[in-house]
Amino acid sequence: MAVTTYSGAEQYNFEVVKKFAIMSIVWAVIGMFVGVYIASELAWPFLNFDSPYISFGRFRPVHTTSVIFGFGGSALFATSYYVVQRTCQTRLISDGLASFTFWGWMAAIALADFSYMLGYTQSREYAEMEWPIDILIEVVWVAYLTVFVGTIMRRKQPHIYVANWFYLAFILATALLHTFNNLAMPIDLFSMKSYSLFSGVQDAMTQWWYGHNAVGFFLTAAFLGMMYYFVPKQAGRPIYSYRLSIVHFWALGFMYMWVGAHHLHWTALPDWTSSLAAAFSILLLMPSWGGMINGIMTLSGAWDKLRTDPIMRFMIVALSFYGMSTFEGPMMSLKEVNALSHYTDWTVGHVHSGALGWVAMITFGSLYHMMPKLWDTKMYSRKLIEWHFWLATIGIVLYIVAMWISGITQGLMWRAFDEFGNLQYSFVESVAAMHPFYAMRAIGGMFFLTGMVMMAFNVFMTIRQGKRESAALEAKLAAKLAHA
Amino acid sequence: MNFNFKHEWIETNIGLLAVLTMLAISVGGLVEITPLFFIDKTIEKVDGVRPYTPLEQRGRDIYQREGCYLCHSQMIRPFRDEKLRYGHYSLAAESQYDHPFQWGSKRTGPDLARVGGKYSNEWHVQHLTAPRSMVPESVMPNYPWLKATPLDTSDIAERMKALRKVGVPYSLTDAEYKANVAKFGETVAKQLHIPNAQQSLIEQANFGNYDGDRSGISEMDALVAYLQVLGTMVDFGKYKDDAFVNDR
Repeated sequence: MAVTTYSGAEQYNFEVVKKFAIMSIVWAVIGMFVGVYIASELAWPFLNFDSPYISFGRFRPVHTTSVIFGFGGSALFATSYYVVQRTCQTRLISDGLASFTFWGWMAAIALADFSYMLGYTQSREYAEMEWPIDILIEVVWVAYLTVFVGTIMRRKQPHIYVANWFYLAFILATALLHTFNNLAMPIDLFSMKSYSLFSGVQDAMTQWWYGHNAVGFFLTAAFLGMMYYFVPKQAGRPIYSYRLSIVHFWALGFMYMWVGAHHLHWTALPDWTSSLAAAFSILLLMPSWGGMINGIMTLSGAWDKLRTDPIMRFMIVALSFYGMSTFEGPMMSLKEVNALSHYTDWTVGHVHSGALGWVAMITFGSLYHMMPKLWDTKMYSRKLIEWHFWLATIGIVLYIVAMWISGITQGLMWRAFDEFGNLQYSFVESVAAMHPFYAMRAIGGMFFLTGMVMMAFNVFMTIRQGKRESAALEAKLAAKLAHA
Repeated sequence: MNFNFKHEWIETNIGLLAVLTMLAISVGGLVEITPLFFIDKTIEKVDGVRPYTPLEQRGRDIYQREGCYLCHSQMIRPFRDEKLRYGHYSLAAESQYDHPFQWGSKRTGPDLARVGGKYSNEWHVQHLTAPRSMVPESVMPNYPWLKATPLDTSDIAERMKALRKVGVPYSLTDAEYKANVAKFGETVAKQLHIPNAQQSLIEQANFGNYDGDRSGISEMDALVAYLQVLGTMVDFGKYKDDAFVNDR
């Protein structure tokens, strides 16, 4: 590696960033494919093929783990390592430890996916990994915290840039949540099976404290960190309001942790807890929109970029979906709305408007910005980015519209009475009514997946192109040196 | 007091930033979760709720393994339609021995909190093996392997010991056994006694013959035994309609 390029291969550790960025795309393709598959199983149940390994109940955690922790997690590792080095103008404190987080994280996701298919699960949503994998994750996470904080301590600037606050909050909160939600007693040191430490109502509360904050910190705070670096970079202008970023950072971090119990409205959880959660859910609208406004307004005065720059379009649409789903969320946390929406597909649609609309779109924008810089080249095809954008957007719209209709239909059918005061529909009539929307959802997912595959191809070609260019440069340099 | 706070102090000090962040994110959980362990009314005082028998617990393990909770809730809400469709709303007491809870979050299929006793064993076996042969519009996967797979009963004592460690009153000593006799009656207490675990599992499976096949004990035996006990432990006939209103 004789050539020191502009991307600073020696000043910064970009090796680990590259690895995580590539694997984030690989996990996205795998996780979204499994997502389309399980969506299709609900529309056409023969697709379960009487196989234990891919039956819906075992395959669904493979989807959620691969997209949340595989795709989302790898993208967060990649961008946080990139951002912390660029903004602190220093190299990661330890290449070895950073590399350990990469291999450890990959092993955890792969082991988790296989173990679900074999039937090992804690049956806690988004925390299905059994105890040995949980311990591996815990170790990786401590290493991650060490690398991240250690690098910040070596910074060449007195100020810690706002993106790093959000990444830090995400790392700390995830450690807290992961630790307490996975307290369990293995039946034997050589067995994967364990039983959770808590039971019933306390267990439910702990799980949804975790579950909603996996959304709040893993899928929101961290991606806001991503937003705070890549949106101003791509727009070429500073963040709209420094003051707003301070206020919404502290408000978001404090309030999110209270809202998990809105997943347990009308259940055997005491009313005081879920009412408190509902109140904080409504308050949370303000810091959420604070982040959205800060991101979108960063573009003020350069709105024309939306027409000319597809990467900017990804980012702004991401922020719009963020604004929309953080409005929908507080609304669904109202007890009256929740009475209808809970247990239905509406929740599934809501999650995906956040996960596809916000998390995936901001990641796509950030990766399209970062990956060519890592390989010191330009994206291979701008046209493919445009295609990706439209396929993804159409896919999301199909998905969430299908889930709105099916969710509200389910909710209304379940509570409908006939003129004699009897239930108007049997449960299975509501299942039958869902079929067209389940098919529509699967098609929406296929659109999104197709866009993702295009991105994978585009990135693959970009990396090849980058390597070719640097090889050519090196050859030129060598020739010059030989002449001299 | 002339205390001129500047956010800059936090922004330039990683230790302070980390500590304050940690404080900000810890409050919510502390306030909402810890009291649930101490407020007496959180779990209603009600008769009849007992730990699962060894066979039922193995059925529950299989229920978890197959990810049933992803499409079936076990938590009936206090609404008129749910009362008509599923029965009395679920009490916290009814899942007090559930490690982990299986309340669920989605009803792609119906709630199962009170499915026990609603259908015959034969119906469950046929439905689990081939759901669409019983309910043509169903989208549930077939589970043909449950009946074909013999139940592993060898580690039942280890499983119960682990559950005992996290607070389920399975008995290991004579004193614990006697306490269970006093609390749950002798018939139940015998089944909760860990030294008898494997034997009582086999007895219950042979006696109940849940899968309709006497040649051995299958995973289907265990799962159906579990489904048939769901929601049946509390006799709501003994309580007034508003008996639990004030517990929420």
